Amino acid sequence: MTEADCVTCGAAVALPDDAEVGEIVDCGGCGTELEVIGVDPAELAEAPDLAEDWGE
Amino acid sequence: MDVGLLYSRIRPDEKLLLSELRERGHEVHKVDVREATFGLDAPPEPLDDCDVVLDRCMATSRSKYASRFMAHYDVPVVNSPETARVCADKVETTLALSQAGIPTPETTVAFTRDSALEAIEAFGYPCVLKPVVGSWGRLMAKIESRSAAEAVLEHKETLGHYEHSVFYVQQFVEKPGRDLRVLTVDGEPVAAMSRSSDHWLTNAATGAETDALAIDDEVERLAREASAAVGGGLLGVDLMELDSGGYTVHEVNHTVEFKALNAAVDVDVAAKVVDWLEANVASQTASMGVEA
Repeated sequence: MTEADCVTCGAAVALPDDAEVGEIVDCGGCGTELEVIGVDPAELAEAPDLAEDWGE
Repeated sequence: MDVGLLYSRIRPDEKLLLSELRERGHEVHKVDVREATFGLDAPPEPLDDCDVVLDRCMATSRSKYASRFMAHYDVPVVNSPETARVCADKVETTLALSQAGIPTPETTVAFTRDSALEAIEAFGYPCVLKPVVGSWGRLMAKIESRSAAEAVLEHKETLGHYEHSVFYVQQFVEKPGRDLRVLTVDGEPVAAMSRSSDHWLTNAATGAETDALAIDDEVERLAREASAAVGGGLLGVDLMELDSGGYTVHEVNHTVEFKALNAAVDVDVAAKVVDWLEANVASQTASMGVEA
């Protein structure tokens, strides 16, 4: 399992084996929504806020 | 085949598609539309070599323009910009369904607070006020009194983007605690579920309970017709059951999410979608006289 640091609280966040760039994961430490911006090496950024026109 | 994927967020739905495509040996080219630019002459690399591009943009505004650019470059795109245009805007969807003679909730559009209030009073209470663009049940208002109507209209006009001054007023449909979602590929139903909640909103995104639904002839017919009315493609058609019998189609979604549906039914939804994509690309290649 790969891990990367939460950009908000610094906690180690476990990524799934099939993690994809663009996927969202939650930090178990502080609850921040994080976007996977790299998988090799794993890297996280704070996820964008919900926008009004998001949906399906 | 080479498949482009336009995205800004990889949801579980996109992961299901990516996994299915890769397992079948297809080459997937992910393009983050937040980083790409779209000029007049050629698509962002590597989309020019793709057999088909999937528009899975979560932002409606990006989806509309990105799919339009793909069509401009003559790159096959799912869904088509016409389908995106119609489905992205509730007014356009309602007009398309009505034009096709498909039962859809009574709707009135007004452009000022006063005329919207008049429309609301004409419907009586409760009725529903919806944003013309939006999803997941957000910013939907069930209006139960004149004072609530006045407050919501003032808030929308004062605080909202200009689109919130296009007041989309709709009858409140008394549904039996659930609505229905049918996923279709060019009108062909793939799977369906009911979404139940004690709340008047029954979107899966708001936590509604989902169950597999057997598709009856009427639901199938309406799903096919609704798909054709908005231009076809990969769609989520939403229906409500009427007290009087029959159904009404209230929404058609063009970047349909199917994680909840996939969990509720025995059908492998992503596999069915990829089957359809493969068939489409094969047929397009054959019609161009090129070896598949």
